[in-house]
Amino acid sequence: MAAPLTLVLVLAVTIRAVLFRSSLAELISERVEVVSPLNAWKRVVEGLALLDLGVSPYSGDVFHETPLIIYLFHFVVDYAEIVFMIADGITAVCLYLAVQNYNKNVFRKQKYALEADRYPHDCLELMRSPREMHYIPLKVAMFYLLNPFTILSCVAKSTCGLNNAVIALFILSTLKGSALLSAIFLALATYQSIYPLTLFAPALLFLLQRLYIPVNLCRSSFWFFTLQYAFMFVGSLVVIVCLSFFLLGSWDFIPSVYGFILSVPDLTPNIGLFWYFFAEMFEHFRFFFICVFQINIFFYTIPLSIKLKEHPVFLIFMQIAIISIFKSYPTVGDIALYMAFLPAWSHLYRFLRNIFLVSCVLLACSALFPVLWHLWIYAGSANSNFYYAITLLFNVGQILLVSDYFYAYLRREHHLSQGLYLRRKDGSEATLVLK
Amino acid sequence: MIFLKSSISTRWFWAPSAAPSSAAVSLPDSCEEELLIRPLHSGDIYASFQFRTLWDTDFLHQGKKVSHYRLFPKSLGQVLSKFSVRELHISFTQGYWRTMQWGQPIVPSPPGAELWVWFHNTVADVDGNWKELTNVLSGIFCASLNFIDSTNTVQPSASFKPLGLGNATDHRFLRYATLPREIVCTENLTPWKKLLPCGSKAGLAVLMKSEKLFHSSFHSQAVHIRPVCKDWQCSSTAWELRQTLNVVFDLYTSGQGKKEWSLFKMFSRTLTEACPLASSSKVYVDVTDNPEGELFDLSPATSVLNTAVVLGDRRTYSVYDLTQKETFGQLRSLNLVLRWKGESDMLRPLLHAERYVAGFGLQTGEIHTLIYNNHPYRAFPVLLLDSVPWYLRLYIHTLTVTSKTRENKPSYIHYQPSKDRLRPHLLEMLVQLPPHSVTEVTVQFERALLKWTEYTPDPNHGFYVGSSVISALVPSVVAMDTNNTQERPLFSSFFPTKEESSYFVRVYTEPLLVNLPTPDFSMPYNVICLTCTVVAVGYGSFYNLLTRTFQVEEPSQPLAKRLANVIRRIRGVPLL
Repeated sequence: MAAPLTLVLVLAVTIRAVLFRSSLAELISERVEVVSPLNAWKRVVEGLALLDLGVSPYSGDVFHETPLIIYLFHFVVDYAEIVFMIADGITAVCLYLAVQNYNKNVFRKQKYALEADRYPHDCLELMRSPREMHYIPLKVAMFYLLNPFTILSCVAKSTCGLNNAVIALFILSTLKGSALLSAIFLALATYQSIYPLTLFAPALLFLLQRLYIPVNLCRSSFWFFTLQYAFMFVGSLVVIVCLSFFLLGSWDFIPSVYGFILSVPDLTPNIGLFWYFFAEMFEHFRFFFICVFQINIFFYTIPLSIKLKEHPVFLIFMQIAIISIFKSYPTVGDIALYMAFLPAWSHLYRFLRNIFLVSCVLLACSALFPVLWHLWIYAGSANSNFYYAITLLFNVGQILLVSDYFYAYLRREHHLSQGLYLRRKDGSEATLVLK
Repeated sequence: MIFLKSSISTRWFWAPSAAPSSAAVSLPDSCEEELLIRPLHSGDIYASFQFRTLWDTDFLHQGKKVSHYRLFPKSLGQVLSKFSVRELHISFTQGYWRTMQWGQPIVPSPPGAELWVWFHNTVADVDGNWKELTNVLSGIFCASLNFIDSTNTVQPSASFKPLGLGNATDHRFLRYATLPREIVCTENLTPWKKLLPCGSKAGLAVLMKSEKLFHSSFHSQAVHIRPVCKDWQCSSTAWELRQTLNVVFDLYTSGQGKKEWSLFKMFSRTLTEACPLASSSKVYVDVTDNPEGELFDLSPATSVLNTAVVLGDRRTYSVYDLTQKETFGQLRSLNLVLRWKGESDMLRPLLHAERYVAGFGLQTGEIHTLIYNNHPYRAFPVLLLDSVPWYLRLYIHTLTVTSKTRENKPSYIHYQPSKDRLRPHLLEMLVQLPPHSVTEVTVQFERALLKWTEYTPDPNHGFYVGSSVISALVPSVVAMDTNNTQERPLFSSFFPTKEESSYFVRVYTEPLLVNLPTPDFSMPYNVICLTCTVVAVGYGSFYNLLTRTFQVEEPSQPLAKRLANVIRRIRGVPLL
C-alpha cells in the first residue's frame, strides 16, 4: 500500500507547487473563506515584521498566533511553502496509518463477534469484508490531500494546516495506544486553539477501551488511568505555555490569543456563524450570547461520550466536526479535516437519508461564497445579508451531514443487535423511528 | 525694528501708576494685533489675523491663585491652572490648504479640529487630565471635542516638540488628537472672538463677520498658548496667548471674477480704529512681488515699508499702523484696495505633500503619501506622522518608501500598533528626501467590519482618517533671524527659529475618506433569530439522536377507532 500512497502524495505536492507558482496564490491568500484573523499568513509575516521593529507582536491587534509559531517561522519563513506542504503530507500519512490501524481493529472485533455468534442471522450483509476495507486508508489520504478545501488552505499558507497536522498526529498516537504521546499532541493542539480540549474525552475512552478498563465511575482503575492521562495532558500544556512565556518574556500572548478566540472582538466575515451575529448584537446581550455560543461547542462532549462510549473513533470524528462548524473563526481547512474521515464510514451509505441534498447544498454554497462576496465587497450591488445567508445555509448543510452520519451509525449498530429485517407484531415489514 | 522701543514705552505709559510692590499683579500684560494680507499667485487673497496677549504670571505656581484677569481670558487661564497645561494648541479648520497654488501658510493646520497639549511634568494622571480638558474646551469653543477619546489620541515621540520654552522631552506628557470630521461654523467663531481683549467691537476684530469669513475657500481659527521669554534678556517666562485666524478668499466665488480685492469686498467692513487695549495694531500687505507696482496697485499708498524673513524668504510689507490717526485719512476709515494689473508666475513651495487611498472594493486598500522636495540641490530629512484609526488595520510589513523609483529606507521608525476600540495606529518616520524628487510612502491596510452600533448615522459617507503631519527643517535661501526675543511682526515669529540656515515648516496632507463594509442595520432581530435557528437545528438533531432510541413503529390507530376502544374497555367488551 505504500506505493499508491506515495503516488497520491506526489500528485498532491505537484498540484500545490503548481498553484504556489501561479498568480492564484495571491488571490487565494486574501479570501476570507480560506483564512481568518487567527491563521492568516499575512498576519504571521506582520507579527515577524513587528518583532523586527522591536515592538511586541501582541501589543497590537493584528497578530493572534501562539509564540511557538513565532519560534517556528522565525527560522523557516523563507521555506514556508515547503513547511505547509510537509504539514499536509504529515496529516495525510497519519490519517492513513490511523485509519489502517482502526480498520484492523474493527475487522478483528467483527471476526470475534461472528465467531461468538453475537450478530443476528440476517445481518450478514452488514458485515464488512477485507476487500472493501482494503482501500479505505488510501481513500482517506486522498480525500484529505486532493480535497479542494485542503489545497486552497495550503496554497494560502494558512496555519490551519499546521493545526490539522497536530490533530492528525494526536489521532495516530491515540490509536496506536501511546498515552503520553497522545497527551502531548493533544496539549499542543489545545495550546494552538482551545477547542481540541473536547477531544480529551474520546481519547480517554479509546485508551481505556484498549487497556480493557471498564468505564465505570465506581472503579478505582478508571479513575487511576483518567488521572494519569489528565496529569500528562495538563503537565504538557503547562510546559508549553511556560516555554511561550520565555520567548517574549511576557504573558501578553494569553489575552491576545485565547482572549481573542473566546471573546470574538474581530468581526471579519468568514464561513462561521459568529461574525454577523455579533455584528448585529445588542450591546446589552453581547456577553450572554458569547458565553452561549462558546459553551455550545463544549457541551456536546459529555452526552456524546455517554452515547458513543463503545465507539470512541466515531466520537473523535463527531467532535472534530462540531468544533469545525461551531468554532469562532472557522475556515475551509477545518472542514477538510473531518471530511477526510468520510471514506472510513462508507459502509454506512445505505442508511444515510439526506446525502444527496446535503452534498448539493455544500457544493452550491461553496460555489456561491466567492460570488456573493464579490457582489457585496467589490460590485456593491448586494449587501452583507446575501453572504450571511449562504453562511447559514452552508452551516445547516454541514450540520445535516454530520447528524446524518450519526444517524446512520446508530442505526447500523441497532441493526447489528436487533437484526436487519425487522417485522412488526403482525408480521408485516417494520419501519424504524426514533422515539 | 522701529516699533521695538515704542511698544516698550507704551507699556510703561499705559500702566496704572501702581506702587512697585503691587506691580506684579496688574501691570505686565499686553496685547498686540496684526493683520497680514498676502495676494496669492492664483488671484486669491490670503488674510491672516494674529492677536497676541503676553502676560507675566504664573498659572502653575501652586500656592498663589490667579484671580485678577485683565487682557488674558479667564476661561483659558483657569483651564491652564486646573489641568497643569504647559502648552495648548487647538485649531479649527474648514477647507484644505492648497500648498501648490497658495504657498506655505503662516500657521499650518489640518482640516477639521486638531488639539495637541503638553502637560506639566508634575501631572500624575495625564489621560484623566486630557479627557477633562477636551470636555472643557468643547464647552469653551462650542465644538464637539468630546469625541476625542483614546481611539483617536496618540503620543507622538518626535513630531510635536514644545514650541515655547521648556526642555521637556518626555513624550508621555504630550497628547495629540484630530477630528477630521469636525465642521467649523459661526458657533465656533463667536466664542473665539469673545476671548479677544477688545472682543469684536474695536480693532481688527471688527472685520470678522461670519457671513463673509465662511464664504471662503479656507478658514482656520486657532488658539496657541505657550510660555515664552518675557523680554529679550529672557530673565523670566511669561504666558503667550496667540489667537490666529487665517482665511483665503476665492477670486471666483466672491466677486465677478475681477481681480480686485478690498477690505470691504473681503469682510464687508472697513477699519475705523485700533483696539484701545492693544499696544500695537498693524496691517501688513505683502508687496514683495510688486516692487515697481507692475503687478498690482495698492491704495491708500503708504511709504512705511517693513522687511521680514518669513519661511526662508525675505519679504517686503507695506505697513499701516492703526494706532496712528493719519492711517485712517479723511474718511476716518481704512479700506485697502488692491487692483491687479499683470499676471504673475507660479511659485514652487519647497516642501509639499499629498495623500490618497488606492485600491478598489471594501476589503483592502493602500494609503499613498507623496512628499515633494522641490529644492534644486539640497536634501533634507522630514518627520512623517501618521495616525490611522484602528478599523483600518495597517500591515507594517507592506510599508515601502521609494524616492526616484529607488528604495529609501527611513532612518527612524516608531510604530505603535493599534488596539481594537482602544487606540489608533501611530507611525512616525524620519525620511531623507533627495533633492528635486518625489518620495512615495505606501502602506496596505484591511478594512474591518464594525459592530452595527459603531457606525455613524450616515455610514455610506465613509470614515475620516486624520491628516498626516510632515514636520521639517527646510533649508532657507535667506539667513533666518535666531534672536527670538526681538520685536518682529507676529506672523514671522510663530515657530521659533533655532538655526540661521533653516526654518521650521509643518505641512498637513488631506484627510482621507474611506468606506467600510456595512452590515444591514435593519436586521438585528432577524439575524439573532436566524442564527439561533441554525444552532437549534444542530442542537435538535443531536438531541434527538442522543436521547431517543430506535423502535419498531406500530402504526397508530385512527382517532375514531381509539375512541371506540376506550368505550369498549369501559363496557368490558373485546377491543377492535
